[in-house]
Amino acid sequence: MKPFTYQRPFTVQEALHSIRNTPGSIFLAGGTNLVDMMKLEVINPSVLIDINQLPLNKIEPLPNGGIQIGSLVRNSDLGFHPLIRKNYPVLSQAVLSGASPQLRNMATVGGNLMQKTRCSYYRDEISPCSKRNPGSGCSALKGYHAEHAILGTSSSCIATHPSDMCVALSALEAIIHIESEKEKRKIAASEFHLLPGNSPEKETVLEPYEIIVMIELPPLPPNTTSCYIKVSHRALYEFALSSAAVVLEWEGEKIKQGRIALGGVAAKPWRCFQAERLLENSLPDEKLFRSCAETALQGAEPQKENQYKVELTKQVICKALSTAFKRSV
Amino acid sequence: MNHWIGAPIDRADGILKVTGEASYAADFNFENLIYGIPILSTCAKGKVVKIDDSDALKIPGVLTILTSQNTPEFFPAKSDFGTASQMGEIRLPLQDETIHYAGQYLGVVLAETLESAEEAEKLVKVLVEEEPPILEMEKNLSQAYSPKAFFGEPLPVIRGNFEKAFSEAEIKLEEIYTTPVEHHNPMEPHASIAVWDGENLTLYESTQWVVGARNVVADALKLPREKVKIISWFVGGGFGCKGFIWPHTLLSSLAAMQMKRPVKVLLSRRHLFTTVGHRPATCQKLTLGASRSGKISALKHHTITHTSFVGEFLEGSGGASQNLYDFPNLQVIYQVVRLNKGTPTFMRAPGESTGLFALESLLDELSYKLKIDPIELRLKNYAERHPETGLPWSSSNLKECLQIGAEKFGWKNRNPDPGSMKQGNLSLGWGMAVSMFPGFRSPGSARVKILPDNTARVESATQDMGTGTYTTMKQIAAEILSLPPEKINSFLGDSSYPAAPISGGSMTSASVGPAVEAAAKKALQHLIDTAIKDKASLFYRCSPDDLQAKNGNLIFKTDPSKAETFGEILLRNNLPFLEGEAFIKPDQPDKKYAFQSHGAQFAEVLVDPYLKTIRLNRMVGIFDVGKILNLKTARSQAIGGMIMGIGMALYEKTVYDLTTGRVVNDNLSDYLIPVMADIPSIDVEFIDKPDPYFNSLGVRGLGEIGITGTAAAIANAVYHATGIRIRDLPITLEKLL
Repeated sequence: MKPFTYQRPFTVQEALHSIRNTPGSIFLAGGTNLVDMMKLEVINPSVLIDINQLPLNKIEPLPNGGIQIGSLVRNSDLGFHPLIRKNYPVLSQAVLSGASPQLRNMATVGGNLMQKTRCSYYRDEISPCSKRNPGSGCSALKGYHAEHAILGTSSSCIATHPSDMCVALSALEAIIHIESEKEKRKIAASEFHLLPGNSPEKETVLEPYEIIVMIELPPLPPNTTSCYIKVSHRALYEFALSSAAVVLEWEGEKIKQGRIALGGVAAKPWRCFQAERLLENSLPDEKLFRSCAETALQGAEPQKENQYKVELTKQVICKALSTAFKRSV
Repeated sequence: MNHWIGAPIDRADGILKVTGEASYAADFNFENLIYGIPILSTCAKGKVVKIDDSDALKIPGVLTILTSQNTPEFFPAKSDFGTASQMGEIRLPLQDETIHYAGQYLGVVLAETLESAEEAEKLVKVLVEEEPPILEMEKNLSQAYSPKAFFGEPLPVIRGNFEKAFSEAEIKLEEIYTTPVEHHNPMEPHASIAVWDGENLTLYESTQWVVGARNVVADALKLPREKVKIISWFVGGGFGCKGFIWPHTLLSSLAAMQMKRPVKVLLSRRHLFTTVGHRPATCQKLTLGASRSGKISALKHHTITHTSFVGEFLEGSGGASQNLYDFPNLQVIYQVVRLNKGTPTFMRAPGESTGLFALESLLDELSYKLKIDPIELRLKNYAERHPETGLPWSSSNLKECLQIGAEKFGWKNRNPDPGSMKQGNLSLGWGMAVSMFPGFRSPGSARVKILPDNTARVESATQDMGTGTYTTMKQIAAEILSLPPEKINSFLGDSSYPAAPISGGSMTSASVGPAVEAAAKKALQHLIDTAIKDKASLFYRCSPDDLQAKNGNLIFKTDPSKAETFGEILLRNNLPFLEGEAFIKPDQPDKKYAFQSHGAQFAEVLVDPYLKTIRLNRMVGIFDVGKILNLKTARSQAIGGMIMGIGMALYEKTVYDLTTGRVVNDNLSDYLIPVMADIPSIDVEFIDKPDPYFNSLGVRGLGEIGITGTAAAIANAVYHATGIRIRDLPITLEKLL
């Protein structure tokens, strides 16, 4: 770990002022990911701005029936919050399927949005990796990539986005609230993360002088069901090989509209917009679910060792849709 | 009598461990401590042209950097198990410029703080002339060699006439089973703190072999062995990778002598994937001929495996086929390829664990082909005598293990058709396999001291790597001295105590236990002798035969009310202690019996028919390991072995990048081992009958048998659930899709 100095602001404005005026600075929230990266010397900030004192740790209902989640809410508090469990079970399931209880107790919602990939070549300090060292190439393409992405990749990066939570946020059409010293802005969860393209080092729309303050969950109609299905080798404490968050809004026996997002298989939390169109005003059955799955994976570009993810993800989508369907009856 | 041996008493070191008071090697602290961080090669094959450490040396606190340029000569320590001196790799560190594998140590940074050392290590620039590494054994078979012997036993093993029996067989099967490189990953990383006082070198070391570490270090540094002392009071798991002596230990020792200050080298998790050994991959082709009734007449076990360019190691997978069943016509063949990977080493049940995965899977395949129950098939091929030596078993209870296991598991309710059993929407699979590990022993010694405060202490240069040796050794002394175990303390993990063997090969209980027993008997004899010569004693001039120890007293056998405490006798005679010391070596010159542990394991898996996730539902393990010294620690150890077997079956696999030769998953997030949620209910039972001829206590070890057979039992259960036979470990869901 490289030497660094440490600051601890108490207000958002103070934090924003510090980050803009301190070269080499970075926000420290739960630290479960950043401190790892610092130990590996993949991220080498010269100043840590510890934002844990900022008043951003509340989960509160909104007048429109939605919920706002402060960016410093711990993953455990989010996952076990009664309102989240009742109104947004897919989010609770996703958050609690990730990491370990110890990590979830520390990790924050904002930090989860900023989580780095688990790609070993990104973490090993020495292999070529365009995400870590722009323009150096992708070692995973020729190397080991059994856990890598099959959707949204580019020739400069095939890493997956590792988060479970963000997959659910995407399916829930959450809104990320961002602030800088000068302005406040909002962005849809599915637009927060960027595809790698030629610049995989740029992972989100967040600018270095901005901070995530809050995540807003829009209200869901009462006749909505949802679920999160995650597949990994181990029962727990492993990143998803493939996962799906599904939100279905019902009108009688028909699906009025549905949303599907995938995790563990794409460069970012992956919304399946085309597949979702098939769900609109449809009667649910296995055939429909399967054609959604086929549509969702149409653009998949697997590598040699991760071809299994195509069929696995189709099965995960079918399982998630049929589980959400069962919850409607 | 026979009150304390076998009793399920709590671990002697349990409280120390859960309260954090147990001092593991890296926990010792010294003033003026220097921190050492190894510099690792990122290249797998080549030559170091230049090491530029100028930037690294500028980091405040950096003292010096040892490389091949400034490291004095080490002297080759013997690599010989028998003389208690075994290097993990033959090559001595920092003596030349050749790079044999990624992760090889090219130097060590010495600094005032850990942080300075780590920062400096990253600034060392190594210029290397790289060559393409040799990384895949299957692609380099033309370079393979056939080892001539395995632990003195000539290879290949030829029994009967395989070719003839195979050609005449009614049923023929040939399958290839593969197992990946696995790393031991003990919870406690290797660590070494060397303290040099100008004459004596003391090493605080995490090792499975304090005597071996002392001998290697002394020889390599040309110090008299009595000037080197190894302290290893607590070891947080070893599983084989702390058996032999690896480069970091020599480097901390040398650095301490050069710097004349204590030096600590604590390896990181990443370092554990480089130069402290691993289980090599195997590719095993098994060719089998049998009768329609299930009697196997011919078996060929052909193992391809690998070692490094700087060490000899053979994963003896064929031993399973050689020693378990009555195969009258057998060939056991090995081919070893040298790869640019670190040197492999023993990993829990080396050979048996990989070999039994292949053999016990093959037998399951045969059982389906012949439509014979897998247990019945095993009984048909049961060896009444040791199949290789022809000697009668000293004690073999394999049949009982199978029978008890089948009953506990409910095996008779199994519908053998694959995919026929369900639990809800999931496919249910039941599988079984036999466990086996040979009975090994080595010379061992111990000292027992009776103290004036009515306590006793046991001393031996063995070590407790979490298995329970502290507890079992004092139970043995308690039995002989008739003192409650809480009145006895075990002192282990110090090379200055009476010598004991490596804690490996499942032989600590069988080798050191009898020595403790004999030493306790001698100490008690001295106590009795003292009493009967003591005019003030109740027992003055009594016959020793009339006396016995009872609850800390010496008593008359015929009149227990006449008693003197041990302490009274010692104090009256101004004795600070009375001791007995014993050296016990295996006495089997005429080789009358064969010694082997057996067991049976049963597994129930649930497989999702769509997602193909595999979850274990329950396991049963029945083991025959002779007399049990402590039912509680024994049970834990057997469960631990089975859990490691679950890791082998479903999760563990070291991945190398095939261009660079570097380990890709060198951390505990990417190298998967089971977490608690993966572990089902595990029901363990022991036959618990003393082995009548193995040693005075009737104990065989049980460190390794738990992992043997587990992978096959699970593979067989997965087949039963899905109809898909996976012959390549680990069994992961993508192989079922």
